Amino acid sequence: MNGLTIILSLLVIASALGAVALRNLVHCALCLMGVFLGLAAIYLCLDAQFVGLVQILVYVGAVGILLVFAILLTRGGGAELSPFFSPSWAIGAGAAALLALIMVAAILKTDSLPAPDAGGAELPTLAQIGKRLMQEDVIVLEAMGLLLTAAAVGAIVLAMPEPPPKKEEEA
Amino acid sequence: MMDWIREFLGMLWKTVSDQPDPKAAFLPLIPEEWRSETSVLLSIAPLMMIFPALFALTTVVERKGLGRIQNRLGPNRVGPAGFLQFAADGLKTLTKEDIVPRAADQLVHFLAPLALVVPVFLTFSVLPFGRHLVPLDLESGLLFFFAIGAATELSVFMAGWASRNKYSLLGALRAVAQMVSYEIPLILSALTVVMATGTLSLPQIVDAQAAGNGEWLARWHVFTPWGFFGFALFLVAACAEANRAPFDLPEGESEIIAGYYLEYSGFKFALFFLGEYLGLFAACGLGITLFLGGWHAPLPILERWIPSYAWFFAKLAALIGLFIWVRGTLPRVRMDQLMNLAWKFMLPLALVNLLAVALWHFLPNPLARWAASSILLAGAYVGLGRALMPPSRIGKRVYRYAPQDSR
Amino acid sequence: MLGTGIIKGMVETARNFVGSYTDKERLTTVEYPEERIPAKENARQFPFLVFDGEDPQAGLRCVACQICEKECPPQCILIVKDTTKKPDYMGKMQFQPKVFDIDISVCMSCQICVEVCPFEAIKMDTEFELSRGDRFGGLLVNKTGLAKSNAHYRRIHPAEAAEVDSRLAAEKAKAEAKAKAAAAAAAPAPATADVSKK
Repeated sequence: MNGLTIILSLLVIASALGAVALRNLVHCALCLMGVFLGLAAIYLCLDAQFVGLVQILVYVGAVGILLVFAILLTRGGGAELSPFFSPSWAIGAGAAALLALIMVAAILKTDSLPAPDAGGAELPTLAQIGKRLMQEDVIVLEAMGLLLTAAAVGAIVLAMPEPPPKKEEEA
Repeated sequence: MMDWIREFLGMLWKTVSDQPDPKAAFLPLIPEEWRSETSVLLSIAPLMMIFPALFALTTVVERKGLGRIQNRLGPNRVGPAGFLQFAADGLKTLTKEDIVPRAADQLVHFLAPLALVVPVFLTFSVLPFGRHLVPLDLESGLLFFFAIGAATELSVFMAGWASRNKYSLLGALRAVAQMVSYEIPLILSALTVVMATGTLSLPQIVDAQAAGNGEWLARWHVFTPWGFFGFALFLVAACAEANRAPFDLPEGESEIIAGYYLEYSGFKFALFFLGEYLGLFAACGLGITLFLGGWHAPLPILERWIPSYAWFFAKLAALIGLFIWVRGTLPRVRMDQLMNLAWKFMLPLALVNLLAVALWHFLPNPLARWAASSILLAGAYVGLGRALMPPSRIGKRVYRYAPQDSR
Repeated sequence: MLGTGIIKGMVETARNFVGSYTDKERLTTVEYPEERIPAKENARQFPFLVFDGEDPQAGLRCVACQICEKECPPQCILIVKDTTKKPDYMGKMQFQPKVFDIDISVCMSCQICVEVCPFEAIKMDTEFELSRGDRFGGLLVNKTGLAKSNAHYRRIHPAEAAEVDSRLAAEKAKAEAKAKAAAAAAAPAPATADVSKK
């Protein structure tokens, strides 16, 4: 845990708070992308190059843009005026508490990770990651690809213009 | 002090004369705790100087070239033959008033140009400019390039949305749609090289294109059928990613004034301009690295006398010239044509190209490789082109009211 | 074949690019302050007042009839009539303008003043480098600035000026003939009177 990681973590936490607390949808989306970028930076700090870069490519480059597009194409980024405190807070707080409980329990039950040897254990190379993905775990990868393709096809079907009702031919 | 100056000059000389590890002698003079920072600074500084300077030069050359293409003279007033025009332009943008619309989202409006220029500069850090000139030798350099490049879309959206202007927003929507669409053929065409070389590291990709022992011609990827196709696809996609004509719809001055940077003036506008050109240079640099053999000369003999970075920049200049030429030739496409080109033509071709490179990889006989991948690609190109060509609607003119037989 | 149109276009622009260096005839523009295209015969910018003879003010053809002032659509002409008559270029006693101002920031170069003038006194100039430091005073041209010689008119619009000159000469000849006839008619008259007296 060096200084840089602490700064990045604080940034991530601040952006995450912004993402849920800000009143403007577009600001929330931008804050969310700040979270993604901060996480990617933390991954890079931890020498996890592949995960960090894929995080940027997928989350900032694709998910974030998709999010922004969705906001723009629905109601625009206009500020929404609803009371800050609402009854749904209770449900949200309950769900959050439950999740926190589960996570704390899970963390307590797992053994602590072995401390990384100083330069001892080699980090997996990109080629190893690729081999693992494309050879050993290829079934999982293909299944995910199929799922995404199905989603894309479904989206296209939904977005297809409906055929106009056929008029009776004029004789 | 004399040591410092001597070693600094020695470092410069080593860089210019293409010797390995130019920083090796200079860095030990720096105190231990500053060494890594100094090393980073020494790598970044040339990038920050050379590419903006190249941008300045390109603006002049582009205007002069476009002028010549249109049978005009182009700028020729400031400095010798007009080559100091960029200084006049730069001073003008620096001294202009920075106007921020009252309704704009001040913070996002301010951040947008930075969010464009910073990632664009970052993308340069993984490109190998010369034999020993790689600022950052990442194992996943190509992935880094595309990941950072994808972040620029965000800045375009930020600029368009924060300006609170309908034209800006329309421009941003167009730009983001275009960038998302063309990123797919761009990455797929770059993927062919990864498949052929088996690495994401850009210096290793360059090494894979060096001439083998005793060969007189370098093994640039563009000299293979899939490489040629991939390079063509890459250039078109890069052109669209950089929002350059004929894909400059996001700017579209005739319909949406200037698109997403409509509400920017003064130096912020200049930053957008800079970011766009630097993005183009970075894309060209990547294209050179992937397909044109990086810093390798076409004939290995030539590398003995001409330093490696000179080859890189010569190729860069040639590609920039090509882009200027294309801009001077082709009219702007329509939005539906743009999307059709990306999704119905380039994406299938890029997928076929992946198949072609797989064939190339697995067929042992060089003749069979050439024949198989060429036939596959040419067939796909011609077939797709024929299938997508809109049927000709030009026929005999039909009148609504006049009698049909009258002329 | 797909893409041939693009290549054809690229070849065309390349030909332009190279041609603009080798063939000066291709360049469609001129470098304006140093090179100039000769003005076209029918070019027109803003009106000026024609004078005959040597003295720009005394020789003005304008007789301050104020027709142009009244006809001017944007109302950019201001004329103040002089109170005394002076001989005009034909020797006739006429009024002359004391003040004749044209605000060329208002003028729309419509040439209506030229068309309505019965005395061929106002014509269109081809001068176009009229930028001034002062937007209001600088663009208000007075009588001195407006007066330009007939020679100038002949130089900028040769064909039109020749026609105008011949018409004016014919008118002058006619007037002189009339005057002579009148003089001839007047000369015997006293004689007859004398005769009648006798």
